[in-house]
Amino acid sequence: MASPVTPSARYNTMIHLHGIHKTYFGAQPLHVLKGIDLDIAEGELVSIMGASGSGKSTLLNILGILDDYDEGEYSLAGTLIKDLSETRAAEYRNRLIGFIFQSFNLIGFKTAVENVELPLFYQGVSRKKRHQMAMEELAKMGLTDWAEHYPNEMSGGQRQRVAIARALVTRPKIILADEPTGALDSKTGVEVMELLKRLNREEGITMVIVTHDPNVAAQTNRIIRIKDGVIEE
Amino acid sequence: MFGLLGEIWQTAQRNKLRTSLTGFAVAWGIFMLIVLLGAGNGLINAQEANNDRYIDNSMMIFGGMTSKPYEGLKEGRSITLDDNDLTVTQTRFQQNIDQAGAIIMESGVSVTYGENYVSSSLRGVYPMFSNINKVKLSAGRFINDMDIRDRRKVLVLPENQARELYPRAPRSLIGKTVKVGEMAFTVVGIEQEDKSRMSSDVTVPFTTLQTIYNLGNRVGRIVFSFHGLESEKENEAFEARYRATINRQHSAAPDDEDAIWIWNRFTQALQMSKGMNIIRIALWIIGLFTLLSGIVGVSNIMLITVRERTHEFGIRKAIGASPFVILRIIITESIIVTGFFGYIGMLLGIGANFYMDATLGSKPIETGLFTTTLFVNPTVGLGTCLGVTFVLIVAGTVAGLIPALKAARIRPIEALRAE
Repeated sequence: MASPVTPSARYNTMIHLHGIHKTYFGAQPLHVLKGIDLDIAEGELVSIMGASGSGKSTLLNILGILDDYDEGEYSLAGTLIKDLSETRAAEYRNRLIGFIFQSFNLIGFKTAVENVELPLFYQGVSRKKRHQMAMEELAKMGLTDWAEHYPNEMSGGQRQRVAIARALVTRPKIILADEPTGALDSKTGVEVMELLKRLNREEGITMVIVTHDPNVAAQTNRIIRIKDGVIEE
Repeated sequence: MFGLLGEIWQTAQRNKLRTSLTGFAVAWGIFMLIVLLGAGNGLINAQEANNDRYIDNSMMIFGGMTSKPYEGLKEGRSITLDDNDLTVTQTRFQQNIDQAGAIIMESGVSVTYGENYVSSSLRGVYPMFSNINKVKLSAGRFINDMDIRDRRKVLVLPENQARELYPRAPRSLIGKTVKVGEMAFTVVGIEQEDKSRMSSDVTVPFTTLQTIYNLGNRVGRIVFSFHGLESEKENEAFEARYRATINRQHSAAPDDEDAIWIWNRFTQALQMSKGMNIIRIALWIIGLFTLLSGIVGVSNIMLITVRERTHEFGIRKAIGASPFVILRIIITESIIVTGFFGYIGMLLGIGANFYMDATLGSKPIETGLFTTTLFVNPTVGLGTCLGVTFVLIVAGTVAGLIPALKAARIRPIEALRAE
């Protein structure tokens, strides 16, 4: 097992991938991941870079338990993630992972605070408790005054901060961010990156950011480059 | 649960027109179901009200014609019931028969009082007749045992004929003498008019009629009330026993079903209620099929909803909604839409029933010969409303099932890609 070369090496391994293969069987079988070996320690801030078609999105989907893999082994926080039922996968996503998407993926007919409450709703947290937790999380993002607003009443940066609050509200083990600054202007993008870095630094949350922006990648502790389905060192 | 309802309210708000149009089909289906069942109940109630004129546990026996040769006698003999048959009926079946009597008719008589007269027919009966046919008197008394024993010349007039004879004060005819043909009879009672019957007869003591018209020992029809025969089977067994006994009196084959005719009002009522149940079931089926088109509509709309919300369900799944949670959202939404509009339909249907009750229900139909009411209380009961509620929940579940399964199968990656 390759040991991480980061300052957070003293922490436990959070993500462990070994020999991951993934093929899409369409009209023409597409071998997307050809044996990925990767370890990410607790508290790391990692970026995954690669051209489109390199397999980086597929890797992110597998990390996020949104997709399954054909061969190999994936452990997240010590739990083997393999051949899970849909219900189990949903539960693990809910408890272990926080997602941040390029297009925010907030639910349009729900207010900011309702959006943040949603993951807690699926955990069965009481109405009052989840509202309180969501409001705390929004306060951290500086969005207390925007709690009752709908996503379409907010700017891109505010929406992404709501999405971050939603990702954090369940206290996940890892944050998976897919082009978190992709839809934002450069100034807002910088602000969002600063926020993510601060969360990593202050709360020690493990973060994996998929990006093709070298400026974003440069701000992370480690850059993992993917090309043609394998990791380039 | 409250959260789920809130979500459904939020989504219903977004598609008001679409939701209402679909809901209309469901409301219409339930409306039809309720109206049909209400109308059916009206018919059934009217029928039952008709049957109410007799007590159920009675039989009437008519003489018939033999259909089998027996003991050297050819078939085709006509059987006339006589005093012996009545005695046998009264004595040998005491286990089941309460009161037995006979009815004999004599038509084409004229009843005269002073200047006025009416053409009528005479009905010679025993006192028990008034119990079996639920005779109601508006004045005086009915034929009694003394009348029978002494062959008294007394009679009970139907109200309409009493009015013909003495229009000014028909009831004061009691105690007066009227002439039947050339014979003088004393009026002892006046029978209430029953407009649902075609003809009305003048009632006299059975024995009086038998004597006056020289009928010998002929008794016309035998009637009796009975007890202790609860099922159709018991009734059949009793009828067979009774038939065999009477047939033997007339040297007819014991199993000859045509020698005497038995009209059993109890089994008739049983069969009637069976028939009513079939009508009820048929109405439910028609109503449910009407509802089916509504259900298909809801299902269709839910499918469109699922398609529109694919992205949203993808997000929900990504952040931790299990397939079951998604399934529940869609099915609950389907049940609520179906239920809400179903109840609107039900309320309108009940309203329509009350309207029917207020119009058709209270308006008797005059046929010229008799009057009848087509609908009596054409409404549905609480049981039906509960049944309909159950139907709505099932219908909503069925309508939502396919769309819900489709939604539950949405894969989050594909859904997230959808935008």
